[in-house]
Amino acid sequence: MSYTPHDIFQRSAAPVTIDENKCIADKGCTVCVDVCPLDLLAIDVSKGKAYMQFDECWYCMPCEQDCPTGAVKVEIPYLLR
Amino acid sequence: MKTHILEYDVVVVGGGTAGPMAAIKAKELDPSLTVLLLEKAHVKRSGAISMGMDGLNNAVIPGHATPEQYTKEITIANDGIVDQAAVYAYAKHSYTTIEELDRWGVKFEKDSTGDYAVKKVHHMGSYVLPMPEGHNIKKVLYRQLKRARVAITNRVVATRLLTDAAGRVSGVLGFDCRTADFYVIRAKSVILSCGAAGRLGLPASGYLMGTYENPTNAGDGYAMAYHAGAALANLECFQINPLIKDYNGPACAYVTGPLGGFTANGHGERFIECDYWSGQMMWEFYQELQSGNGPVFLKLDHLAEETIQTIEQILHTNERPSRGRFHAGRGTDYRQQMIEMHISEIGFCSGHSASGVYVNQHAETTVPGLYAAGDMAAVPHNYMLGAFTYGWFAGHNAAQYVAGREHAPLDAEQIEAERRRIYAPLERDTGLAPAQVEYKLRRMVNDYLQPPKVTRKMEIGLQRIEGITDDIEQMKAANPHELMRAAEVRAIRDCAEMAARASLFRTESRWGLYHHRVDFPARNDADWFCHTHLLKGDDGRMRSVKRAVEPYVIPLDRDESSAYQKLRVAGHSVAPKLSAELSTEPA
Repeated sequence: MSYTPHDIFQRSAAPVTIDENKCIADKGCTVCVDVCPLDLLAIDVSKGKAYMQFDECWYCMPCEQDCPTGAVKVEIPYLLR
Repeated sequence: MKTHILEYDVVVVGGGTAGPMAAIKAKELDPSLTVLLLEKAHVKRSGAISMGMDGLNNAVIPGHATPEQYTKEITIANDGIVDQAAVYAYAKHSYTTIEELDRWGVKFEKDSTGDYAVKKVHHMGSYVLPMPEGHNIKKVLYRQLKRARVAITNRVVATRLLTDAAGRVSGVLGFDCRTADFYVIRAKSVILSCGAAGRLGLPASGYLMGTYENPTNAGDGYAMAYHAGAALANLECFQINPLIKDYNGPACAYVTGPLGGFTANGHGERFIECDYWSGQMMWEFYQELQSGNGPVFLKLDHLAEETIQTIEQILHTNERPSRGRFHAGRGTDYRQQMIEMHISEIGFCSGHSASGVYVNQHAETTVPGLYAAGDMAAVPHNYMLGAFTYGWFAGHNAAQYVAGREHAPLDAEQIEAERRRIYAPLERDTGLAPAQVEYKLRRMVNDYLQPPKVTRKMEIGLQRIEGITDDIEQMKAANPHELMRAAEVRAIRDCAEMAARASLFRTESRWGLYHHRVDFPARNDADWFCHTHLLKGDDGRMRSVKRAVEPYVIPLDRDESSAYQKLRVAGHSVAPKLSAELSTEPA
């Protein structure tokens, strides 16, 4: 008898969000992706914009601080808010 | 997945605080050496000071403090269990380190005469030097790394050290957390500066990454040192800190204390004389939380408007700047409300307490060629300035050690074993999620190891932690990022077992809350005035041994040794039963 393993992915609203009108990832910028200590951000190549890929935020803020266009906003994760 | 085989004279693992200093100083001593700084994140923004720091907590500056006085203070704050030679070596070099950082462009607070504006926070001496513009410290370090021509590799997770036939360290193994490429890095000497074991306990919020420490500091360095054969010292002297509840960052009495803020109970009254973090201070804090006087708060609402603005300016731009956002979300204004505090999850950290990889005053571990510095190296209460100073020692000494040495031959067996271990979670088709295994492991740590420590509970905890070994064999990683988390879970499990075993070994209470054993409530100097070392035995299992405290370099006066036992404000006694447990007379 064999049962099929099945993964369920839990949903989470990203605490780090991007103003896509300001984000210049399409010009080659990767600053926020580079500086995140936990490596949580990535570039969506289809849109040319940054986004938060993993929900493991330490709300430390280099991504927001170092973004050259002010496109990144860090909120305190909901569980701690 | 590609395999990269690299070769350097000196490899520094961890690019936060101690690591960059070690790499720069190794290169400075001998510019012909090849030096690699290996970092799991990105050196520009990594480690405990990714957003800078608001001050030095242990500056020993001529005219304000002496190395002898500082060594005494740290000895007393640690209930006498210190290698004074290591603390004294730090204290004598402290000012040299400050001058170097000053030259590099780190801005310290100075008074109108140009003298450093040192504040008193400790119980006895004055060692706190504010850095109101300390947010740029990582930039300053990065510039010096580039100037010194240190090679940097980011986003590589080190998992094991290579050792040669004689037991000397001979390299580092790891993988890239984006590509999963395998790294074999040969080295004549390795410096570990991987920070605290900050993901050991689970924060009260239940949020995995809501830790006091930067969660990248998962205890990787402790696990690597252990498996390479190094001794780890006094691990039962846990790190437990008083923090802002839920936010879990420092409330920061070190910044606010000299400006008039203080730790208060629920009635807004001061209950401890000194806000400097020690085991005894945490014991008083814990008792107040548990009593009818709780909870505990940071009180600022009595201060003048301009003072509060200064505090906001410092605390909302340095170290943990998002706290302003947290307070705004909760409607907390320092002018109107006190800030609710709580105690942190447990961790290992010598920067704040005394739990770390054993090092002597030369930053040498017990493994030849292996050095350690920063939060993970056992020099008590070493903080950021101690990390810089021991990074300096480690860099110089490693550079001298490698002179005239050849690389050891690569050991294919060690490399293949580690390759299999690293990639197993990626190769499994199905399995447990690393985040769930981590959650359960860290919840067990809270349930069974969080002080006050109870023998029977810790024995059960040890069984549960050993049981997690089987769960680890079933973890599935969906991508290289999750593979990094899986590797960290293994390190956290090793640290959890070390925490249980070290705590069970020392059958007395010491260091206030850090090692309060309910069934051995008194301090027992006759049997336990000693260090404990934990290391890998010949059977491959953890064993603990006692190590004598070396004769003091700076003797203590009789009336000084109990100074840290008298932290409670007179007239604020708690229930008599708890006071009786406080007895610290030798049995």
